[in-house]
Amino acid sequence: MQSSDKEPNLGDSRRDFLKKSSLITAIALTPSVAVKAAENQADERFAELFEKIPLNLTVNNKAYTTSIEPRVTLLDYLREELHLTGTKKGCDHGQCGACTVHVDGERVNSCLSLAVMNEGKKITTIEGLATGTELHPMQAAFIKHDGFQCGYCTPGQIMSAVACVNEGHTSSRAEISEYMSGNICRCGAYPNIVDAIVEVSKGGKKA
Amino acid sequence: MINFQYLRTTSVKTALSLLAKDKNSKFLAGGTNLVDLMKRGVTTPEKLIDINHVPLKQIELIGNKIIIGALASNTAVAENTLIREKLPLLAMALNAGASAQLRNVATVGGNMMQRTRCGYFYDTEMPCNKRQPGSGCGAIGGFNRMHAILGTSDKCIAVHPSDMCVALTALDSVVVLANAKGERKMLFKDFHRLAGDTPQLDNNLKADEMIVRLEIPTNNLIKNSHYLKVRDRASYAFALVSVAAALEISDNKITDVRLAMGGVAHKPWRLTASENFLKGKEATTENFEQASKLAMTDAKGFGENDFKLQMAPNSIIEALTIAKSKA
Repeated sequence: MQSSDKEPNLGDSRRDFLKKSSLITAIALTPSVAVKAAENQADERFAELFEKIPLNLTVNNKAYTTSIEPRVTLLDYLREELHLTGTKKGCDHGQCGACTVHVDGERVNSCLSLAVMNEGKKITTIEGLATGTELHPMQAAFIKHDGFQCGYCTPGQIMSAVACVNEGHTSSRAEISEYMSGNICRCGAYPNIVDAIVEVSKGGKKA
Repeated sequence: MINFQYLRTTSVKTALSLLAKDKNSKFLAGGTNLVDLMKRGVTTPEKLIDINHVPLKQIELIGNKIIIGALASNTAVAENTLIREKLPLLAMALNAGASAQLRNVATVGGNMMQRTRCGYFYDTEMPCNKRQPGSGCGAIGGFNRMHAILGTSDKCIAVHPSDMCVALTALDSVVVLANAKGERKMLFKDFHRLAGDTPQLDNNLKADEMIVRLEIPTNNLIKNSHYLKVRDRASYAFALVSVAAALEISDNKITDVRLAMGGVAHKPWRLTASENFLKGKEATTENFEQASKLAMTDAKGFGENDFKLQMAPNSIIEALTIAKSKA
């Protein structure tokens, strides 16, 4: 577990700022041409006042340092800032599993994790599974067993499947299905996904 | 998501002092319910205090009690050897809840603090006395298939969705709460509240307190215990009805019994009358049926959830039967 004694530096809270500011009323009373400029200016000023938090983390073995608004999820950070778009946004509410990544080796829904909660952590996304041009065994098994149709849920399925094998929850097809239930596939490729996981788990080595 | 301030702390003491500074602040643990509610605009805290680095992750046996820190993850508890050996009912209930991804980050304290909720609570366009006291209840007379049949109120019929909490209620757990002055203990079954006239309150945690740990007495209800969860799909769905059942049987006589239900009330529902009936009786189907009827004495349906009036007693009988059959 990572820990830090540093408490992020705090300025005025957002609502304190709103209470103090007359900017909002100013926009409402200004003719429309000027509104856009004022809004842009307001956006910049708000952006400064929303305290950004320093963030250090490792993604696919590469270290990143940034500062980020606390409301940004790990999913949005990976996709929008690092442009690692392999991790998909499905429901964005922890119900579909399309956003599954590994945090310090454990699978999590990146849509429900704030990026700032991951200070010092090691993240692995679908882009980090292959070694050079050599696919991870689970990626190869998904191709071999046709473990997808449209492919949208596939990065999340594969990340979850790798974790499922590493956790040892592969004693039967039923156990695999149970431990893969956090990943929804609308195309219904489930039997083939289980086939892929069975094959990798029988390979006898850690996925 | 509306922005907020983010603070991080590594001690209970600092966490409590930060909480005291701003009444619109909340603790952030796994975030699996809180972040979701914030995305929907259902809750809009001004500050989040990240307590994930506070050292409250212990799982240990001290004397005849199992101690579980409030920040132990659902996975850590469910996979723990001590828990699997001494409290298999709790491990079963945890594994019946959510998905592997959610259990990896969801904590024991966070599981307790997840909101009692329904679709109307989540939809900010709809009336909901829990979200907006006085605005009305959309579920009464509306879509209420998932809703409560026991301990209901004319203000709110949402159910507490936790599986873990049902098992903890059955296991006579104690929750330890801390504030700046010290600690206090509360029976787990008294932690959550019925809706009554204050559906906005899910539990009895005070504004200056945090959950620090659970203390669960060890018992002899290990072998013959079962967590039955009835739901719309085989996995990863909230319970329509769930039952935590544990029996101690000697010469076919029930010497001790625990029963609690989920999916039926605003809080995890302990079946005291059924337990009292069963104690000292033979573990027969007839007695299980009688006990299930006692559990339903004050039950009432709201239309779409009327099926639970039959499903709940059936589930009690089924859970007791499976628990008894375990060798």
